[in-house]
Amino acid sequence: MTVQSTIFEQFAQVAREQEKQLAPLSDDLVLLESGLDSLCFAIVVARLEDTLGVDPFTASEDVYFPVTLGEFVKFYEDAAA
Amino acid sequence: MRPGGPGILCGRDRIVRFDALIAGNPLSVPLAALEGAHVLLRTADQFAAALALFALDGIAARIVIVPPDLKDDSLPDVIRRAEIDTLVTDGDVIDGLPRIGISSDLQPGVAMEAKRASEWVMFTSGTTGAPKMVAHTLEALTGAIKPANDPVVWGTFYDIRRYGGLQIFLRAVLGGASLILSDAGESVADFLNRLGQGGVTHLTGTPSHWRRALMSPGIGRIAPRYVRLSGEIADQAVLDSLKAKFPDAAIGHAYASTEAGVGFEVTDGLEGFPASFVGGAGAVEMRVEDGSLRIRSARTASRFVGSSDTLKNDSFVDTGDMVELRGTRYYFTGRRSGVINVGGLKIHPEEVEAVINRHPAVRLSRVSGRRSPITGAIVIAEVVLDDGEDRDKVQAEILRDCRASLKPFQVPAMVRVVPKLELSAGGKLVRHA
Repeated sequence: MTVQSTIFEQFAQVAREQEKQLAPLSDDLVLLESGLDSLCFAIVVARLEDTLGVDPFTASEDVYFPVTLGEFVKFYEDAAA
Repeated sequence: MRPGGPGILCGRDRIVRFDALIAGNPLSVPLAALEGAHVLLRTADQFAAALALFALDGIAARIVIVPPDLKDDSLPDVIRRAEIDTLVTDGDVIDGLPRIGISSDLQPGVAMEAKRASEWVMFTSGTTGAPKMVAHTLEALTGAIKPANDPVVWGTFYDIRRYGGLQIFLRAVLGGASLILSDAGESVADFLNRLGQGGVTHLTGTPSHWRRALMSPGIGRIAPRYVRLSGEIADQAVLDSLKAKFPDAAIGHAYASTEAGVGFEVTDGLEGFPASFVGGAGAVEMRVEDGSLRIRSARTASRFVGSSDTLKNDSFVDTGDMVELRGTRYYFTGRRSGVINVGGLKIHPEEVEAVINRHPAVRLSRVSGRRSPITGAIVIAEVVLDDGEDRDKVQAEILRDCRASLKPFQVPAMVRVVPKLELSAGGKLVRHA
């Protein structure tokens, strides 16, 4: 499974669990408009750390916060590389 | 409460000038009718609360400010313990209390001189069962406020019905600066847009609020010259991100607690605080004992309301925040009591465990915090099940029960089934430090 598909699957699962309406996922989707709130993102990031073995928010040297889903995926791809 | 200048209070669709609030009355009765009252201030939005606070200070004897997430079933106990005799609200009646309404259409009225030092009562955040109420005087709440020199427009991600937000509300009003408040249900992007239009110069929130703002395209709309973080421990990542986004801004993180009042502010851009802060004299004195931070301040809250617990102004208050000295700096390492801080909201593990333990298949559970770069921490649960139980089914049922009886941020983000949990010699669950 690719990093992108793992991330998309987590978004869908957390949205289901937290009963949020998830927007259609695409690279230019603004994360804060995806339907997930901060708590959902916190859960997604924790689960991705368990499945992908990396938390780029904590690991990265140049800290920055991704704005779009495409940036979010790239953030993980770069960290996992 | 006398505004220090000609500021404006801005909500999403309402704007009121401070001087109009001195001349007019937002309440549905003349202010004289509320002299000496013990008021429960319960509002659907914080703008209404701001209007009412203007009117009630100096008139009511006691103002109990209900935070947005206080559960309805704790109201009778609050009303009894705080000896409430009047409800001031933009919402429904509560049986047995006269209801006074709030409106931004101000009634003409003569400004009343302050008759007394009202007691301002706030709730400590995230307390279990019966919430703890802490009484402050306006003087104690505003001790740290210095008058502003340049025109200042405050904005805050906080709710002014909680301690952190109330500080900003008072700072703005007494400093004569304008204040932009968020609205219930307003998106981050919309609020950032409004902050930008209003020319916000001073903006405050928890590290989690700021991380969320940094993830919004609306972050480019604002250019504050003063950025402040409090309510949670600020980590280096969020401080660095803010510095990169606002290179010219003064970025500080502050330490305060409902019980101990305003503590101190760190402005060197680094997490933790310099060891030189500890042991010195001044308005706020700090000590580290048994690994936790103790604070003594003239601004320490006066006392608990409706409880036999006491708080003395002349003694050090144990904040319960554990610190560790590394080199010449102290770093925060967590809470002694195991309290989990999710985006500034505090969760007692025992409260969540009590819900999980109600499931008949659960033998033992342990709830703890897991570090999160988004909300500071998230809640996770470990459970020991009876032999032969269907794990997936029980996990789903536990989550269903938690969602039914807990607030969303209290619900464990993950439930892990473990073979056993360690108990201490005294038979107590061993908690992580």
